[in-house]
Amino acid sequence: MYPSRFAYESPKTLKDAIGLLDAAGGDAKILAGGQSLVPMLKLRFAFPDQLVDINNIPDLDYITFDADGTLRIGALVRHEHLEKSAEIAKRQPTIAAAAPLVADPIVRTRGTFVGSVCHADPQGDWAATMIALGGYIVAQGPKGKRKIDMKDFVLGPYANALAFNEIAVEAVIPAPKGVARGGYLKLERRVGDFATASVAVALDMQGETVVGAGFALAGVGGKTIDANDAASALIGKKLTEETIAECAALVAAKAEPRTDHRGSSEYKRHIVATFVKRILTANSTQKAA
Amino acid sequence: MSSLYEEIQTPPASDIAVRRLTVNVNGEDRTANVEPRLLLVHLLRQAFKLTGTHSGCDTTNCGACTVLFDGRPIKSCTMLAVQADGHSVQTVEGLATASELHPIQEGFKQEHALQCGFCTPGMMMAAKALLEENLNPTEDEIRWALSGNLCRCTGYQNIVKAVLWAAEKMRAELN
Repeated sequence: MYPSRFAYESPKTLKDAIGLLDAAGGDAKILAGGQSLVPMLKLRFAFPDQLVDINNIPDLDYITFDADGTLRIGALVRHEHLEKSAEIAKRQPTIAAAAPLVADPIVRTRGTFVGSVCHADPQGDWAATMIALGGYIVAQGPKGKRKIDMKDFVLGPYANALAFNEIAVEAVIPAPKGVARGGYLKLERRVGDFATASVAVALDMQGETVVGAGFALAGVGGKTIDANDAASALIGKKLTEETIAECAALVAAKAEPRTDHRGSSEYKRHIVATFVKRILTANSTQKAA
Repeated sequence: MSSLYEEIQTPPASDIAVRRLTVNVNGEDRTANVEPRLLLVHLLRQAFKLTGTHSGCDTTNCGACTVLFDGRPIKSCTMLAVQADGHSVQTVEGLATASELHPIQEGFKQEHALQCGFCTPGMMMAAKALLEENLNPTEDEIRWALSGNLCRCTGYQNIVKAVLWAAEKMRAELN
């Protein structure tokens, strides 16, 4: 399969990249890891006039924790960098759990976290993770930077809130008040398949008490599903059998699964509830740090 | 090197610049003039006539087209050739020397790790990336590292054994 024709630019600075996007007036696409965009070009689901390759822009490949614990992920951080990061393993369990489940190991060497969030695939792992973590995207355009909260970022399947001349330069995850806990589970028929159902859980715990919680789902609706309302079952409480069951039911009610070759709607909803229970139960037995 | 329009069958649009690129392939600088939409796998196979890299599913699933890009495995059907400009690519042709098979190739031979052979180049390049990071992988780690490469013949058992065989040989060569 060959993509349709496009012009290709490989700017060396963000300013130049934004200038190219601006000049193209909406007919250009940003190429980062390309693990979703290139297949879409080949299938001709996407046929931009121009690609702006940001891979040669320096200083976009960083995973940093600020002094207060805020996590920043640059636009060119590949999935495998998150998978292999000792800091992420230690301090951000939801991302640490999701990273090895993204696509397959070879796709993970190339695909980027921020690109995946922007792609907003209803089955994508990172948009769901970011929603659960209450993160935001830093978008940079001709007039400078702005923050876009994840709840406002994913507009629908494959649609995000970036303007045509903006680049998502950084994903930011706010610092927890206590200790970040959580997890990510995905049911897939085989490695690299789209998810039958995925569940992202982010917890903020002080001792045994939940002081913050976030939930999001992938693969069980027409877009990434924000189930953060279910936090009400846990905030200010401990993770007990009762609070976990109540929370799992609230999250599962948010799913909008459709029956297809990956399973029935009832089955997928059941998987969501089961995954929420498993993640919360695993965290309830962890010793408080 | 001629340009690649004959492969794409239609002349280039006049407003899209053909780009001249240089890629270090298996240690040697190669150049070509390409349209931006040319995929890396087609650059390797058609411009450079390195047909060891197979184009399988063409949808980023099967891993038959796996090559090492600056040392890391990638699916060459999912990268544009122009993106490789100034970078290094290793293909299966770079494994053996004139006189000797690479231990990974020898392992595949010893353990009968292929039947039709279509997935083999991608399997071997993914295995090479693993062994460069970890010369003492467990069976589990091998299965994990090769999980982006599909084989429809072998059932994977002998492929895993071949990588274990290669790892042992490469460890022995270090000592």
